[in-house]
Amino acid sequence: MFLSIATTHRPATDLGFLLHKHPDRLHEVELTFGKAWIFYPEAREERCEAALVLDIDPIGLVRGKGQGDGLLDHYVNDRPYAASSFLSVAFNKAFRTAMAGTCAVRQDLADSAIPLEAVITPVPMRGGEALVRQLFEPLGWNIVVETLGPAQKLYARLKLAGSARLSTLLTHLYVLIPVLDDTKHYWVGEDEIDKLLKRGEGWLDSHPAKDLIVRRYLRHRGILARAALERLAPQTQDEAVEPEVKTAPEETLEAPIRLHDARLEAVTAALRAIGPKSVVDLGCGEGKLLQRLVRESWARQLIGLDPAIHALERASRRLKLQQPGGPPEGRIALIHGSLTYRDERWAGADAAALVEVIEHLDPDRLPLMERIVFGEARPRTVIVTTPNADYNALFPTLAAGAFRHPDHRFEWTRAEFGAWADRIASAYGYQPALSFIGPEDAQLGAPSQMAVFSR
Amino acid sequence: MRNSDHHIEIPDFSLIVLIGSSGSGKSTFASKHFRPTEVISSDHCRGLVSDDENDQSISGDAFDLVREIAGKRLKNRRLAVIDATNVRAADRKGWIELARRWHALPVAIVIDPGIDICIERNRTRPDRPFGGEVVRRMVSEIRRGLRGLEREGFRQVWKLSSAEAVEAATLARVPLWTDKRTEHGPFDVIGDVHGCADELQALLAKLGYEVAWTGSAGERQVAVTHPQGRKVVFVGDLTDRGPNSPDVLRIATSMVAAGIAHVVQGNHDRKLERWLAGREVAIAHGLQQTIDQLQSESESFRAALPKFLNQLRSHVWLDQGRLAVAHAGIKAEMIGRGSGAVREFALFGETTGEIDEFGLPVRADWAAHYRGDTTVVYGHTPVLAAEWVNNTICIDTGCVFGGKLTALRWPEKELVEVAAGKVWCEPVRPLAAKTADASAQAAADQLLDIMDVTGRRWIDTELRGRIVVAEENAAAALEVMSRFTLAPQWLAYLPPTMSPSETSLAEGWLERPEEAFAHFRERGVVEVVCEEKHMGSRAIIALCRSAETARARFGVTGNETGAIWTRTGRAFFSDGQMTEGVLARLRGAADTLSLWEELGSDWLLLDAEIMPWSAKANSLIESQYAPVATSSAEGFAAVNEALDRASARSGDFAVLRERFAGRAERAALYGKAWAPYVWPVTGIGDLKIAPFHLLASEGRVWFDEDHVWHMTLADRLADADAGIVTRTQWRVVALADENACADAVSWWESLTGAGGEGMVVKPRNFVSRGTKGLIQPALKVRGREYLRIIYGPEYDAPDNLVRLRQRGLGGKRALALREFALGHEALKRFVAREPLRRIHECVFAVLALESEPIDPRL
Repeated sequence: MFLSIATTHRPATDLGFLLHKHPDRLHEVELTFGKAWIFYPEAREERCEAALVLDIDPIGLVRGKGQGDGLLDHYVNDRPYAASSFLSVAFNKAFRTAMAGTCAVRQDLADSAIPLEAVITPVPMRGGEALVRQLFEPLGWNIVVETLGPAQKLYARLKLAGSARLSTLLTHLYVLIPVLDDTKHYWVGEDEIDKLLKRGEGWLDSHPAKDLIVRRYLRHRGILARAALERLAPQTQDEAVEPEVKTAPEETLEAPIRLHDARLEAVTAALRAIGPKSVVDLGCGEGKLLQRLVRESWARQLIGLDPAIHALERASRRLKLQQPGGPPEGRIALIHGSLTYRDERWAGADAAALVEVIEHLDPDRLPLMERIVFGEARPRTVIVTTPNADYNALFPTLAAGAFRHPDHRFEWTRAEFGAWADRIASAYGYQPALSFIGPEDAQLGAPSQMAVFSR
Repeated sequence: MRNSDHHIEIPDFSLIVLIGSSGSGKSTFASKHFRPTEVISSDHCRGLVSDDENDQSISGDAFDLVREIAGKRLKNRRLAVIDATNVRAADRKGWIELARRWHALPVAIVIDPGIDICIERNRTRPDRPFGGEVVRRMVSEIRRGLRGLEREGFRQVWKLSSAEAVEAATLARVPLWTDKRTEHGPFDVIGDVHGCADELQALLAKLGYEVAWTGSAGERQVAVTHPQGRKVVFVGDLTDRGPNSPDVLRIATSMVAAGIAHVVQGNHDRKLERWLAGREVAIAHGLQQTIDQLQSESESFRAALPKFLNQLRSHVWLDQGRLAVAHAGIKAEMIGRGSGAVREFALFGETTGEIDEFGLPVRADWAAHYRGDTTVVYGHTPVLAAEWVNNTICIDTGCVFGGKLTALRWPEKELVEVAAGKVWCEPVRPLAAKTADASAQAAADQLLDIMDVTGRRWIDTELRGRIVVAEENAAAALEVMSRFTLAPQWLAYLPPTMSPSETSLAEGWLERPEEAFAHFRERGVVEVVCEEKHMGSRAIIALCRSAETARARFGVTGNETGAIWTRTGRAFFSDGQMTEGVLARLRGAADTLSLWEELGSDWLLLDAEIMPWSAKANSLIESQYAPVATSSAEGFAAVNEALDRASARSGDFAVLRERFAGRAERAALYGKAWAPYVWPVTGIGDLKIAPFHLLASEGRVWFDEDHVWHMTLADRLADADAGIVTRTQWRVVALADENACADAVSWWESLTGAGGEGMVVKPRNFVSRGTKGLIQPALKVRGREYLRIIYGPEYDAPDNLVRLRQRGLGGKRALALREFALGHEALKRFVAREPLRRIHECVFAVLALESEPIDPRL
């Protein structure tokens, strides 16, 4: 990756004093992840340009790492080549005094705004050209963005021009390059807040994109971001930091009616009407239904089943299992399993709930699930909810024929769900009772449909 | 009890219990003869928990601490000394139990310098305010208990009964009988002989021993020697059932006497010993033959037997601790230790308490759980073939039952076998009895149970013995199998991972064919088949003649006429119509060739590659590879432009310019590397399918046909429908023929030079074994530019290659073999129409093993 800084302030070669790097030499800076080279492609009195070239060792970056989700565990990636927090670290080391705004021989120059021009390439633009402008223009920089590469417009050659102190330019780049890149090569801890506030002094507080900068700089770690914003502007401390784009597509789509809450409430009410001693939530996910059921006194024993271990871990935290103030031991059990397999561990439950689960199973898996739930475990009550495909026509942003969630393998109309419920009831000896969840449309029914099977 | 003349010899691994009243000088004795870390003092522990070494009120806690520390030391096979009064039998009982728990020998050392001395010593210590009466009571209790110490369970009792004896005592440590770690062999470990003297001599000869007989009938002598000084270790069960137990005993006895053999005790050896000693034993399981054979032997021969049999050990620990031999096996925590439990385990192994349909005890599988670093070689349970399981191997190949007599050479780990002359004894349970229960619950078996797949799993495979799947790996596979794969009924097979060849040392290369050829040549493979490796995505194709066949044979309920899935079991095409379209074309090709009639099957399972790569991997290319190409090329271009300007004005930039010119060149190559593997797919006509194995069809797993047969079939399919089936280039290479190898290398160079991914080198036989067991079924040799995609743009810069060459292939290869064996097992069970759960467990295991952390670049 490449960074150059040029000035036309005369004599331009004074840039060498400001950067503490002699214009006629090749400078080498050792870094933990490679090297940086600094040299001057141009050093005339009218214009002087310093280039910093980052020479990252692409093999050293990944060697010896195990598997995981960490940045460096992808064996082939753009990290050795794209402008990122590596670049910030590198010029913080190479231009430390310049960043601090000190210059023993030309302090007056270090203190004054001079015409500056910087080129950085390739800059990853997660957020597009609009975001680049949103970040740099309020700080007084003229921006030229030249997108690179044939396919996705992910990278740009970024040129900033304006009049500022050199230390200001360096500081802006130090903070905003990682923000554009939106990842960091090191673990972000609390000391990052101090770093950010120190670098952001005098400009971050009044930056219109302050929230985004803080959130991205602190790697979307909500607690840290909140702490940093509080310190920036104490009056805003009650404002929650909303994640940028974290909601599932289905929730966004259905959000205006808070459908999922209505679903959980409907299932809880249906169960309450029967009062089973033990309930298993098949496909419990993060444990939102269990969280409601744990408040019900009739539900003596609750079981949550899910094939995703990380979902169970989140459910465990949500339900405060094995935590002070959590439910007594034995009231809730979370088990790792799935509807592909018969399972003694939950087979004895009085009631089973399948809330928005069946549509995530391939149709050819349904017979197996049916046999396991209705044929083998045979709880006295089984509650199934699933989207009503008829209602999809009323979602303005949903294309015709599309599903509400990319993982949905099917979505049933009211007629299809009714036929399925009748077949299950007659094959396995249950009585079905069908109902709707959510606001009802006269022609198309409600967004979600529910069947309560009992025997 | 040993009233030693001041010299005490203790096992170097034992629990030493000091017994002596207050003031007897235990601590002084302990500090003189033991390291401070070895001595655990109850007074010290009192201090640790209460700051007062004499606080009797917290004795319970203090002794818990002593027990905990001593237990940890014993667990780590460290000697421990209990420094407490240990006056009453009740005080000592806990130490005996602790020693047994860790299979350490409990040793008592009684220190009794006399009552007066003890009282006198206590008087001079202000912290011991109790009077002489206490000491008197302690000493008399100790003396009363002395005679019972061995009955309490102490394996050695040493008594020092005067102040002089305590003072003059010397102490030496000796290794346990079983501890022969200083012997380095080389060894030949021989399985259960059971009186098969002829086979034993044949095996010894094959191993290079010279067996010389002298003397005449009745008083025959034998001398066995090995010119290279090798030693034999017998796994026990020398006698019974077979035709000539006396000669086997002669050979073993003389070899032990000459110091060139170890014999560990087998259950039959112990029974013979007890019978010879006149104990009441059931005459069964072939003991009668031995008794009859001994009748005609001389009195002196029989007289020498009890001594020989009596000194047989439970196991022997050899070669710096790298090898242990025990008759029926040994758990890791028992090796080099001694207890009744160790002896029983080594003799009989572990049983579940159940009895099988042949009336024999069901053996619990300790080997499946074995995790030790020491290799364990054992016998006792006759098996069809010796197979490695978790660093253990059973080498009882049932010679007396008409099987083989097997030896394992150590440290070579080679198996040497001789076939039995005949069936000397009919086995009660047939060798390699089917473990599958034959119960006809076919319907229930189609329902999978969570217990079939979760937790720690072990699966018996024909190709590689027992394969263990760790609990965490199974857990990782559960979500994939539950949510993303095809229905389990389809998944009769998942392909194994494939290892690359050994890393090339040729300048500029990471992989080359020479290493693959050498790999197979070294393992005794004569011919290999080299196949062009297509760069697409791996696909398993279940092709049925009709939807009805699919329903009947695979137990699915839909109208599909087959399925196509990826190496992780997911549907290859998200569009069912695409799948059916491809199946219809392939069915047409099979019809043209009359394959159904030829193979006598209405379905086929094919292993294939489907191109283009971009059909499955386009998002990967766009999100991962293309950004690397763009960012590296653009960054280096900017650097080089700046360097050009800088060097035009001054300075010496030659080195830096050269460096970045090289980096830019490699980045440019990267951008072109995947071009040959990418083209748009708008319909079936854009796909290319390259089958390379016919995995199975009705009643048959085709692993018994060689790769020439498989590739010939692939060629025929390509001829039948060249529109969709791509012909794979392949050739047979005789590894001894240097020209043929060189030809194959240049063929590979031209393939990869033209943008090909590389080639796969397979032993001609689908399943190949060498002296060390199963051989890799295939090795891939990838081309230079293809490797660039995997390892990054600059992988072949000289200083990068040096580092990338340090790649470990062991894990990948072990995984490949395990997955190969599991896949074969799944197919075998599928064609045998075994219950779904039996097939599914193998397929699930392959998926689970794939979650093991292996460098994904291999």
